Amino acid sequence: MDPEAAPEQGWVAPAVTAEFPGTGIAWVEVEGPSGKSPPAVRRRLREMSDRFHGGHAVHMRERPIPWAYRVFFRQIGLDPDRSRTPVEELALERMKAGGFKSRNHLDDALVIATIETGVALRAFAREQVEGRLGIRVSAPGEELEGRPGELPHGTLVVADERRPLGLLFGATAAGRGVDSRTERILIAAVQVKGVPQIAIEEALWTASVAMGAG
Amino acid sequence: MQQLLERSRTDSLSVQLGGDERLARVELRRQIARLERELAELFASAFPRKQIEWDVAPAGGPRILGLAELEQVRDRLAARVADVRAVLSDHAYVEEKNRELLERMIAEPERFKWVRVSNEDIGEPGCSHWHSRPRWGLLGMLAGWWRVKLSSGCPL
Repeated sequence: MDPEAAPEQGWVAPAVTAEFPGTGIAWVEVEGPSGKSPPAVRRRLREMSDRFHGGHAVHMRERPIPWAYRVFFRQIGLDPDRSRTPVEELALERMKAGGFKSRNHLDDALVIATIETGVALRAFAREQVEGRLGIRVSAPGEELEGRPGELPHGTLVVADERRPLGLLFGATAAGRGVDSRTERILIAAVQVKGVPQIAIEEALWTASVAMGAG
Repeated sequence: MQQLLERSRTDSLSVQLGGDERLARVELRRQIARLERELAELFASAFPRKQIEWDVAPAGGPRILGLAELEQVRDRLAARVADVRAVLSDHAYVEEKNRELLERMIAEPERFKWVRVSNEDIGEPGCSHWHSRPRWGLLGMLAGWWRVKLSSGCPL
């Protein structure tokens, strides 16, 4: 893994771009498997916990990037106070738990990058992804693996070139996520209008560096 | 690439995005963004007040919403913003009255025996409260020696 490598840019279906200009997906590939976090990553989580207070949580939604995700959630039919944006979900967990708790190397890297930048990140198992990542609407009759029934008409999904890998800002398809045996991991950042490209690159770089920390 | 082209055709057909309505949807999304900004500012200014409802019923997603659904989201957001403004205005009125009470209480504690005003009553964070109490217990109560005592700190 080279943290200096430029992120790969994914595709966005024209129907999505037409409705939501500024939407995008980019990713970096890092080495797995994701075991226990090294001391440097756990220390960084502790330092972030010390720096992150209630005031940050209260004013978070006024900051441009978290606000941009909240707006996008509303525009695609989600209530960000029920289905929380990734950064707000982490902020809430921080306030409830009294700190950012270490879970595993990958989750911790995503927490660090998300809290530092506000960008929404998620991960997939590289070996379970065919081709490039993208964002599109579900086709009629299409299903999400591990979830009963067809996807509702016009559902927005993150997909590879063959099938949906997960709902956009929602569940990941069964078997497409990362587990303890995953050899290569794709860390993906979902961009929405109002989130600058440099923030996407910084988020992916931060997560890559954290995954490389030993 | 062929797969992508087919997929985009499917997208176009399945969501049935009428071009005539696109500008209307763009405008509605702009209004939703503006209302979300207002709601975010209200959320920050409302802290630490509690018992304010922030939920806005979602249309159900994630998906590309149609014109009617976007209008519904916009209207619900606008209603929520109006509700929160009204609640905060009520809070502000009560808090102003409580501040006036506190000032009078500090000036003349004997006129406000046993009255207690907390930070929450005046819209401030923290657990401090002002309590009009007699100096030296029963003796002060009988002699009419009253004072306002400030207690601070939240219980563990």
